[in-house]
Amino acid sequence: MPTTLPRLPAARLAPLALAYDGAVRLRRRRLLLGTAVVLLLALLAGRVAEVDPARLLAEGGGFFGYFDRLLTLESGPAVGQRVWMDPAEWLWGWRGWLGQLGDTLLIAYVGTLLGAAGAFLLGLLAAANLVPNPWARGAVRRLLEVCRTVPDLVFALVFVIAFGLGPLPGVLAIAIHSLGALGKLFSEIVENIEMRPVEGAAAAGAAWPAMVRYAVLPQVLPGFAGYALLRFEINVRQASVMGFVGAGGIGQDLIEAIRKFYYNDVAALLLIIIATVIAIDLATERLRHALIGAEDRA
Amino acid sequence: MSTPLQAAALRSLPDLRARHPEAFRRLPRGRALGLAALLAALALLGLGLWRLEIAPGRLLSGFGQLLGFLGLMLPPDPGSWSRCLLILHGLGETVAIAFLGTLLAALIAFPLGFLAARNTTMSRIVRFASRRLLDGIRGIDALIWALIWVGVVGLGPFAGLLAIMTSDIGTFGKLFSEAIEAADRRPVEGIAATGGGAPQRIRYGILPQVLPVMAGQVLYLFESNTRSSTIIGIVGAGGIGLYLAEMIRTLEWQAVSFIVLLILLVVAAIDALSSRLRAAIAGEATRQGA
Repeated sequence: MPTTLPRLPAARLAPLALAYDGAVRLRRRRLLLGTAVVLLLALLAGRVAEVDPARLLAEGGGFFGYFDRLLTLESGPAVGQRVWMDPAEWLWGWRGWLGQLGDTLLIAYVGTLLGAAGAFLLGLLAAANLVPNPWARGAVRRLLEVCRTVPDLVFALVFVIAFGLGPLPGVLAIAIHSLGALGKLFSEIVENIEMRPVEGAAAAGAAWPAMVRYAVLPQVLPGFAGYALLRFEINVRQASVMGFVGAGGIGQDLIEAIRKFYYNDVAALLLIIIATVIAIDLATERLRHALIGAEDRA
Repeated sequence: MSTPLQAAALRSLPDLRARHPEAFRRLPRGRALGLAALLAALALLGLGLWRLEIAPGRLLSGFGQLLGFLGLMLPPDPGSWSRCLLILHGLGETVAIAFLGTLLAALIAFPLGFLAARNTTMSRIVRFASRRLLDGIRGIDALIWALIWVGVVGLGPFAGLLAIMTSDIGTFGKLFSEAIEAADRRPVEGIAATGGGAPQRIRYGILPQVLPVMAGQVLYLFESNTRSSTIIGIVGAGGIGLYLAEMIRTLEWQAVSFIVLLILLVVAAIDALSSRLRAAIAGEATRQGA
């Protein structure tokens, strides 16, 4: 059954439309201005960053061509075919690669654990409700900020010179960066706790360590563990490139393969890294959900 | 010496013990589980320390060297005026890479986010495929993308920009699709009820809800990209990382501390700017919602 909507006569519609235009004009003008500013900045940034669309068009095919080459066997009986046609030839170095992958995971694990342990202490010291002295707190916060802002690869570069090549500088770089990132998150958790247990413990005569152990820790531990797991996930990704500056892990093999144009090895290593990162993603997500569930039950 | 209160408490102890056996077990179940997890974690840590050859002697000598470096870093000094200009140019490149890379990634990820969101995708296959694509992109670090792009377009900041863009497409796609899935269904249903098709449902039902969220995420990632684009220069993809790596390798510690200081300043400035903008966007969104 067709229905028709009644339409207002033009004489009554016009003032309404005018009022609507007036109401949205200011917003439209601001949106236009914002877009113009962003476009201008983008043009400026494009100049500084030497953006060259022509080159991208000319070489852009090379991007997909690169992946095409990655996935085409370069030697062996099935040369010229896709790599998965001959896995034995493609993944010839899997023993060594898996060892490197294990090292990478260990670097991420040890780095995360050391960083989380330090962040635990400094996060408590940076919380306004536990450390009333603003100078001590400010000093800890500045330290955390520096640890967080300087990229971990820069730390790794410096540590490689101080400690020598190998996984040790990678572990330390990841630990320090995690310390900065986790310290901030931990202190935010601590600042949001319920203060009544703290006051109760203080009233019962608990010293600072006892107060933290019995009044603060039970409230914050699940949150700390969740953030640490999230950080571990990020650190696995970071540990996979530590080898670029000589700080251990699978990155060393990867950069060598990329620099020497061993296309099939690059593909294999990327596959290993992506699969590991996704697997760790899923595993930590499940663990975190379990943690949250345990917290809700408690 | 025992007070009457203490004596009374001690008298009732066996009774309490009988009523709450769980509380009096030497090792409660939860505690035992926690202890086992802790032991496993420590064992893994021990394995790591052994396998990664982390020895106390090496640590001590390394930290001694580090302290020496720290002493040499003071005061921060670029060395010469021309090098200072070079460093400032590198910093400008870094910010430009982060800005444009984030912007382009957001533009490309915008439609992908809709394809990967449960409530706006066309079919489950499209959703699955786009999710896996985004996961794959995110699994590769920006530095690896930088190496790949350097191979395609050559050395320089353009490669860095493309690298930041590529790795951010994955992050943005995931964040955007989550924002879209969290959008309120009722406006969409209202538009469907008045006869709106899929484009109208997205334009008038979903976009007004998710745009402020997305803008906040873009600003946040711009900030974090400024940090990550300081290092892609290490592989020759433009920005200040190239100078930083060079100064570290040639042990010019005063210039290193100068560059690090500059990076800290710029990141703090962008941090302040983006948090103000984010607060403004959030305020606008709540005012419109009210």
